Amino acid sequence: MSIGLKRGLVGAALATLLMGTTAVSAKTLVYCSEGSPENFTPALNTTGTSFDAARPIYNQLVEFERGSTKVGPGLAESWTVSEDGTVITFKLRKGVKWHTVTGFKPTREFNADDVLWSFNRQWKPDHPFAKVSGGKYDYFADMDMPKLLKSLEKKDDYTVVMTLNQPNAPILANLAMDFASIQSAEYAEQLLKSGKPETFDQVPVGTGPFSFVAYQKDAVIRYKKNPDFWGEKAMVDDLVYAITPDPTARYSKLKANECQFVPYPRPADLAEMQKDPNIQVINQPGLNIAYWAFNNTKPPFDKKEVRQAFNMAIDKASIIKDVYQGTGQAAKNLIPPTLWSYNDSVKDYPYDAAKAKEMLEKAGVKLPLEIDLWYMPVQRPYNPNAKRIAEMMQADLAKVGVNAKLVTYEWGEYRKRAQQGEPMTVQLGWTGDNGDPDNFFFLRGCSAAGAGGQNLTKWCNKEFDDRLKKAASTADVKERTKLYEEMQVIMKEEAPDMTIAHSIVYEVMRKGVTGYKQSPFGGHKFNGVDVQ
Amino acid sequence: MFKFLLRRAALTLPTFFALMFVTFFAIRLVPGDPVEVRTGERGISPERLAQFRHELGLDRPIWQQFLDYVWNLLHGDFGTSIVTNERVLTEFFALFPATLELSFFAMVFAIGIGIPAGVIAALKRGSIFDQTLMGLSLTGFSMPIFWWGLLLIMLVSERLGLTPVSGRIDLIKYYFEPVTGFMLIDALLSDQKGAFWSALHHLVLPAIVLGTVPLATLARMTRSSMLEVLSEDYVRTARAKGLSPFRVIGLHALRNALIPVVTIVGLQVGSLMAGAVLTETIFSWPGVGKWLIESIGRRDYPALQGGILLISSIVILVNLTVDVLYGSINPRIRHGR
Amino acid sequence: MAADAAVAEVHAVPAPPGPLRAFWASFSENKGAVFGLVLLSIIVLVAIFAEFVAPYSPIEQFREFSKLPPFWVEGGTTKFWLGTDALGRDTLSRLIYGARISLFIGLAVMVVSIAIGVSLGLVAAFAGGVVDVVIMRVMDLIISVPGLVLAILIVAVLGPSLANTIVAVTIVFLPRYVRLVRASAMGEINKEYVTAARVAGVKGLRLMLRTVLPNCLAPLIVQAALGVSEAILEAAALGFLGLGAQPPIPEWGSMLADSREFIRSNPWIVTLPGLAILVTVISINLMGDGLRDALDPKLKRS
Repeated sequence: MSIGLKRGLVGAALATLLMGTTAVSAKTLVYCSEGSPENFTPALNTTGTSFDAARPIYNQLVEFERGSTKVGPGLAESWTVSEDGTVITFKLRKGVKWHTVTGFKPTREFNADDVLWSFNRQWKPDHPFAKVSGGKYDYFADMDMPKLLKSLEKKDDYTVVMTLNQPNAPILANLAMDFASIQSAEYAEQLLKSGKPETFDQVPVGTGPFSFVAYQKDAVIRYKKNPDFWGEKAMVDDLVYAITPDPTARYSKLKANECQFVPYPRPADLAEMQKDPNIQVINQPGLNIAYWAFNNTKPPFDKKEVRQAFNMAIDKASIIKDVYQGTGQAAKNLIPPTLWSYNDSVKDYPYDAAKAKEMLEKAGVKLPLEIDLWYMPVQRPYNPNAKRIAEMMQADLAKVGVNAKLVTYEWGEYRKRAQQGEPMTVQLGWTGDNGDPDNFFFLRGCSAAGAGGQNLTKWCNKEFDDRLKKAASTADVKERTKLYEEMQVIMKEEAPDMTIAHSIVYEVMRKGVTGYKQSPFGGHKFNGVDVQ
Repeated sequence: MFKFLLRRAALTLPTFFALMFVTFFAIRLVPGDPVEVRTGERGISPERLAQFRHELGLDRPIWQQFLDYVWNLLHGDFGTSIVTNERVLTEFFALFPATLELSFFAMVFAIGIGIPAGVIAALKRGSIFDQTLMGLSLTGFSMPIFWWGLLLIMLVSERLGLTPVSGRIDLIKYYFEPVTGFMLIDALLSDQKGAFWSALHHLVLPAIVLGTVPLATLARMTRSSMLEVLSEDYVRTARAKGLSPFRVIGLHALRNALIPVVTIVGLQVGSLMAGAVLTETIFSWPGVGKWLIESIGRRDYPALQGGILLISSIVILVNLTVDVLYGSINPRIRHGR
Repeated sequence: MAADAAVAEVHAVPAPPGPLRAFWASFSENKGAVFGLVLLSIIVLVAIFAEFVAPYSPIEQFREFSKLPPFWVEGGTTKFWLGTDALGRDTLSRLIYGARISLFIGLAVMVVSIAIGVSLGLVAAFAGGVVDVVIMRVMDLIISVPGLVLAILIVAVLGPSLANTIVAVTIVFLPRYVRLVRASAMGEINKEYVTAARVAGVKGLRLMLRTVLPNCLAPLIVQAALGVSEAILEAAALGFLGLGAQPPIPEWGSMLADSREFIRSNPWIVTLPGLAILVTVISINLMGDGLRDALDPKLKRS
């Protein structure tokens, strides 16, 4: 248990105070989180669990409004974009106080130095913190920031100028993502001097609605209200993340009122939860897609008719019913219906085994056909049980004369091999990062279709790809919408894959919890949330 | 005696080195890679992958990695976990008390019930009690404990609500810094009312699950060992001499009957560790067993190597101790080997 | 169910006309053992004739009937005696076919580990010296790693599959056979009949296999019987951790793992596969106890 010792000690004194008799009058919200964060610096992390743990603490320059994909002001009160779209000038908020934690008392307020520090750590390899705590900045790289950024300059203490190499429509949405959280340069400097830079990522200092108190690995994270917060304030005094990996245990704790908010309930338990008068269940379609990709370079999947036949051979409705168990909706397009440019007029293939078999025979496929069917070894937000889906597909395919061999690998290996184009058919999916359709459609673009690319179908269609490129470089939303809508029609006809489902994200809380808004990105945010 | 001890200890050294060698290379044969396994759908570009592998030293020739590893080990350095950036030794000994606490209480449960039950069964050989106990112990002995654990959670925790589903203590009500790592002791030290009971409450079910197989084994062993001793001449003589049954059983029979039982207790440590892996997984018990399984999933080479090496060393040490103890009780063993 | 397990005692067995008859006479006195044998025979028969016994194919999905409880529980139907799993597959049929898998694993592990164990054990006993030390050190090495951890590591290296489960469990169980054979061979090797055979010119393999081995068989058979049940348990544990047989093979451990999420909502799906494992293992152990009592009076526990 002393893993958390070093981290925990810092907040120990405070925590003991909090947990004493004074806690009686204080309002506490306990969130039964699903796992331990790797650390508290979002830039270093890629998992939702780690982002959730850091989110109460930090702010970004611009932020997604709570419960929406809309970008609004954050630590930057306002910003202007130059006419050519390459220069963005941020006006920073004044009077924002940094948190005080054991071992650090800020002497100054938030300013431009912190913004520069936070981006430079991820951007400049010679930054003193670049290599601290493993020094991997996946999101910064994935969002193409090193390529996009030309310069980042401080004009004065409250003005930052960001210059891009080329105009980029989704840049503001990117800056609202967790990796772009702003951290304290002063704190970093102090820790560097004392020779303990790793502490920076373990005992976090931010500007957000809650400040960090203590963390015990695999057990609990404690935060307390930041009374000086500049934005929508916390309604509770203490926020506790009780780390509970097992969904059954989470449910039990919710029933016992040991926690008031529970994420990721087990689909099998939902019916019972919805009947419980002390519990409220909310849901929202997730910004994601689960798909089954056909490798278009491997015969017989080079034939459009074969791919269409496979679409018809699978009983999608059963998958939604038996695997998603009410937590998913059948997907006919690559993007979820909540995303702009969703083309609702696209018609999905009907389930018709006889027709599918006929089409396969017509296309000259010799039955029985042997294929492999890969399924992820892990649960993903968009797919609760890839193995079970694979078993259902296997049974459905057997009916049309296709023998599917189920294959899986360890997760990293799985994805790598799939990207190399090794499987004939493979399940995977995607979770949107910033609410831009391009963030989904690039998955079927030609530039991602090479060996190692993210386009697992290896499908490269000129009509589709031209529109994809055009839409990415156009600022006009109407024009982009039209292009994306056309692309969805092309995709359905060409059927490079079978889109399986968009998951529906459920969250469960006690009746007394008010003010919570579900984020379309699946993250959790607790300022403005109250308990009775 | 000392010579015997020394010889037995010397014999374990090559085992230890071989273990080091085998774990190192076996783990590197596991498909997947600690960097890749952590990335999401996006994956990672080959250049960045190469860079990270370089930083972790994974791109060097494997024999060089091995030599470094051995060199560091000889200096007491078990490496640093790739996932948590925590020293493996620190991490292990932070989690080990949880496993030890669980195993200890499992054994207390097993010994506390198993030995008396076995003795009574032997004394009342053929009685209903004896028959029932033997039937139960055979069942316990045959129990798939992962299922047993689930079943008990289902009945005791879910249906009856008697015990918590997982964890070591009610974290919301009680919060204190670990001092010893043993939750029960820390709870007592913390001065927080009810903390000890909460910890004990959390411990009961996992300890029962982990203790079931040893309990069954012990009951069977004690019974047969006791029966054997009871039929020996000196016991019969003692009985015939009119010594009170209590003295006969308590002083003569039991003491002799327990020698092989003690050995069994000692040798259970290895299987107890294996059982702990399953029990900890089912109850989300934050011990080394669960940690080891997770480390395999995360391809955390240093954690895995260190973990297996440390656990095996503990098993070897315990077995050695049992051997030596047994050897000192029963001198015949020394030459028999 | 096993209340009368180890009650029966073997006192004076009348002078036997043949070893088999004597064995049976001794074995059949143990009611528990006979019960185990009968139970196991039923399981084995069911496994062998799964195609005829099972009402459905183990992989056929009746999607409109998913997650049904057994027929005697409210909501169940006699169409699916023991209910259905998450995909609407008939639980009874899956359990029946699963018996085949589990028994196969148990037997395969036993056969392979006996073959290898006997060879290594005899070689160690006869060769002595460096060979002996090397073999026994390797066995010590295997024993020092907790069984399940080692099995998991092996499966992780080789990849999860039925065959690799067998490999992993065999490696884990190997040392006990090697040790056993070596120890009993060492005990026999200096006995007069062996010396006599040597003098008579019996050498090498023949001496090992024909002269010495038969006299080490009794404990080996007992160990083998218990080894089968332990192998079944170990393989089920691997299956439970997702490292065993791959879908849609109805292996009991993985059936349990697959249905873990229904522990609250549909407890039957979780309960039955575990029960199947338990009953099978108990029957083998009961029989093993009887075997031990009959074959090896020295090891007798009751």
